[in-house]
Amino acid sequence: MAVITTNGLTHTFRTKRGPVTAVRGIDLTVERGEILGFLGPNGAGKTTTLRMLTTLLPPTGGSATVAGHDLARDPAGVRRRIGYVAQSGGVDPTVSVREELVTQGRLYRMDKPGATARAAELARELDLTALLDRPCAALSGGQRRRLDIALGLVHRPGILFLDEPTTGLDPGSRADLWQLIRRLRAEHGMTVCLTTHYLDEAEALSDRLVIVDQGLVAAEGTARDLKAEYGGSPDATLQDAFIAVTGRGAAPRDPAPLAV
Amino acid sequence: MPHLVSDTALIFGRYARQTLRSTPALVFGMVQPLLFLVFFGPLLTDVPLGGQGSSWQTIVPGILVQLGLFSASFAGIGLILERRTGVIERMRVTPVSRLALLMGRVLKDVVQLLTQSVVLVCVAVALGLRAPVLGVAIGFLFVGVLTVSLASLSYALAMRVATPQGFAPVINSLTMPAMLLSGILLPMSLGPRWLDVTSHFVPFRYLVDGVRAAFAGEYGDGKIASAAVVATALAAVSVTLGARLFRQAGA
Repeated sequence: MAVITTNGLTHTFRTKRGPVTAVRGIDLTVERGEILGFLGPNGAGKTTTLRMLTTLLPPTGGSATVAGHDLARDPAGVRRRIGYVAQSGGVDPTVSVREELVTQGRLYRMDKPGATARAAELARELDLTALLDRPCAALSGGQRRRLDIALGLVHRPGILFLDEPTTGLDPGSRADLWQLIRRLRAEHGMTVCLTTHYLDEAEALSDRLVIVDQGLVAAEGTARDLKAEYGGSPDATLQDAFIAVTGRGAAPRDPAPLAV
Repeated sequence: MPHLVSDTALIFGRYARQTLRSTPALVFGMVQPLLFLVFFGPLLTDVPLGGQGSSWQTIVPGILVQLGLFSASFAGIGLILERRTGVIERMRVTPVSRLALLMGRVLKDVVQLLTQSVVLVCVAVALGLRAPVLGVAIGFLFVGVLTVSLASLSYALAMRVATPQGFAPVINSLTMPAMLLSGILLPMSLGPRWLDVTSHFVPFRYLVDGVRAAFAGEYGDGKIASAAVVATALAAVSVTLGARLFRQAGA
């Protein structure tokens, strides 16, 4: 069953130099429980697409349904059903981990006891219990990322959007995060849409990949399908396929590759 | 809309706690008006200022409006810094009312400013200010409404500007002439006619005159009524415009 469908989704930015169309008409279907990876060169339109699907940017063309709610007509309905973790995170460094989690629950209209209990539950689930009373500024990169994800999960969303979730993390923290994303799908049937520049990450985590280039879906399929169709040889890598699809060189190399 | 009040209260609470955690910022925000009060106020003790009560009844309302003008106009700086941490974007993906995201902050600014105003008036009383309690309360009301107006616009601008370096010059270029032309330091009626006439095109002039009239206990001369009309119109336009820009802006 599809939980996200988009039809010609478009966004044109108005700039001083005139209109710039970052997303030119994305057609997409994401099934419940799927992990979908968005790949593409810088400026391809991945983040703009994600920002439209999370209601942060209004589409200037096309339509989309997310978690059963029309993106243009019922953005509030979409917000109630999705979680979003931005590339830059989103915590106040001066606030404690507990306060951030409880406030987030309250923003989703939980009562205070409910939000407090949910904060403790998430802290246990994401190994943050010992850090609950620390200010966010005192967390390591990996701990901060786990908190970002916990904030996106407070209201038990059916769909989680992750924008470059492992950028800047050390190999150990990245491995933990991969495991967490897999666990969320396995235990909660969550649908996950993530953008990444790391091809090994995209291949290891995603059921299906979408390569976005110049604001359009240039190719989509499983990593195996993409390698077979675009790689040019039986032992082609995802990087070979990526180069063939985008024609603009490889995505940046993963600085800390992991064994899959 | 049914959640607007509870959402606003939630956002107010978050930013009120944040402000209480940064006591130095609260204290330093009051240093400039206190300096005006202590070092500028006594200079006017025996100077004729146009018949609206004592010199303290002239200078203290000016300082209160000045505090509101500058504090509220620069409120958006904090929002720009918060946008960089991603907190605003995170909040905008929740179901919380976009208007509440604005009004919760504005309400915090009003409470902060009124608290500072109470301290300033207490210090002024120790220095020699005598004013009716009703008049002081009316003055606080005008300063509160001014804060609502300017903070709403400031936050809306902050959603459109990427850096404090882009924000501060815009605010400076608006607040400085507004301060000089509204008679905050001295009543504009003391100046040449062209300056007095020009100042009537600056809405803050009516607020300053209204607060001065209230502090002098002169409730019936029309200045308070004019200030009330201007303050209400300013707040209606500013909040409407601010909320619209705040809602539309990409985080």
